[in-house]
Amino acid sequence: MHRFANPTRFLRLAAAVLPFSAAVAALCLGAGLVWGLFFAPPDYQQGDTVRIMFIHVPSAMMAMGVYAGMAISSAIALIWRHAIADLIAKASAPIGATFTFICLLTGSLWGKPMWGTWWVWDARLTSMLIMLFIYLGYMALWQAFDDQTKAARAAAILALVGAINLPVIKFSVEWWNTLHQPASLITMEGPKIHESLLWPLLLMIVGFGAYYLTVLIFRVRAEIHQRRTRMLRMAQADRHNAMQAAD
Amino acid sequence: MSEFLSMGGYGLYVWTSWGVGIALMIALLIQSVSAARSAAREAEATEQLSPRRRRRKAEVE
Repeated sequence: MHRFANPTRFLRLAAAVLPFSAAVAALCLGAGLVWGLFFAPPDYQQGDTVRIMFIHVPSAMMAMGVYAGMAISSAIALIWRHAIADLIAKASAPIGATFTFICLLTGSLWGKPMWGTWWVWDARLTSMLIMLFIYLGYMALWQAFDDQTKAARAAAILALVGAINLPVIKFSVEWWNTLHQPASLITMEGPKIHESLLWPLLLMIVGFGAYYLTVLIFRVRAEIHQRRTRMLRMAQADRHNAMQAAD
Repeated sequence: MSEFLSMGGYGLYVWTSWGVGIALMIALLIQSVSAARSAAREAEATEQLSPRRRRRKAEVE
């Protein structure tokens, strides 16, 4: 793991992965869009609103998946002082927040015609909204400190505490009465979605995952270069001070 | 064509979902790419100001 704590090595690995992740994202999202909007049949109950699912479900899964990744990176950063893990966590947050927002928005746009309401304060929807706030709070916490080491530590602790919300989201549809339907994709008996809708959905899920990886690489690159700039400036300031002290 | 756009009467909901979703994801991608580029340029420019001896040390960081 510490092999990848070296920024130069990380950047080299990221540059090798980037063309593949970008290609997979473009192909899967493009094919998923065409299949989901043009070729997938309307659902017998939901009609054409089922097409919203092709964005809603992948963004929900990725919102949670990105959070899990952020929490794991934060733990690695806290325990081993890993030099890249905190940057991966920091770079993930805006992507996860975007997915969470898309999930809530598309859910609302599906809920209005199907449930008859934009929003209900039930467990699934509320816990998802809380996750959006945790993402935003995590991003704000990074900005709240001048000292990046302190910022990283505070943000990592917030990310870990906030991870309690993940199982609450996942099992909210089983623990409480809710309007939201229970899991239909990842179940003990396998997916309960008809094949005609399952394939475009799987394409979109893979596409969302590859999109995350692609954007993450760009954001971690930005973080690594920004940290290098900070270190160089500090070294320059030290040298300047040392020269003045010598005079 | 208009039948396709109407999405069985749910066009507003379906198209807003896809439209906003795609727009946000493209915007985030563009912002991330440009942030990576400008951060790389800034680091490069800052490095030019440092003498060689220091530069090696900074690379190790």
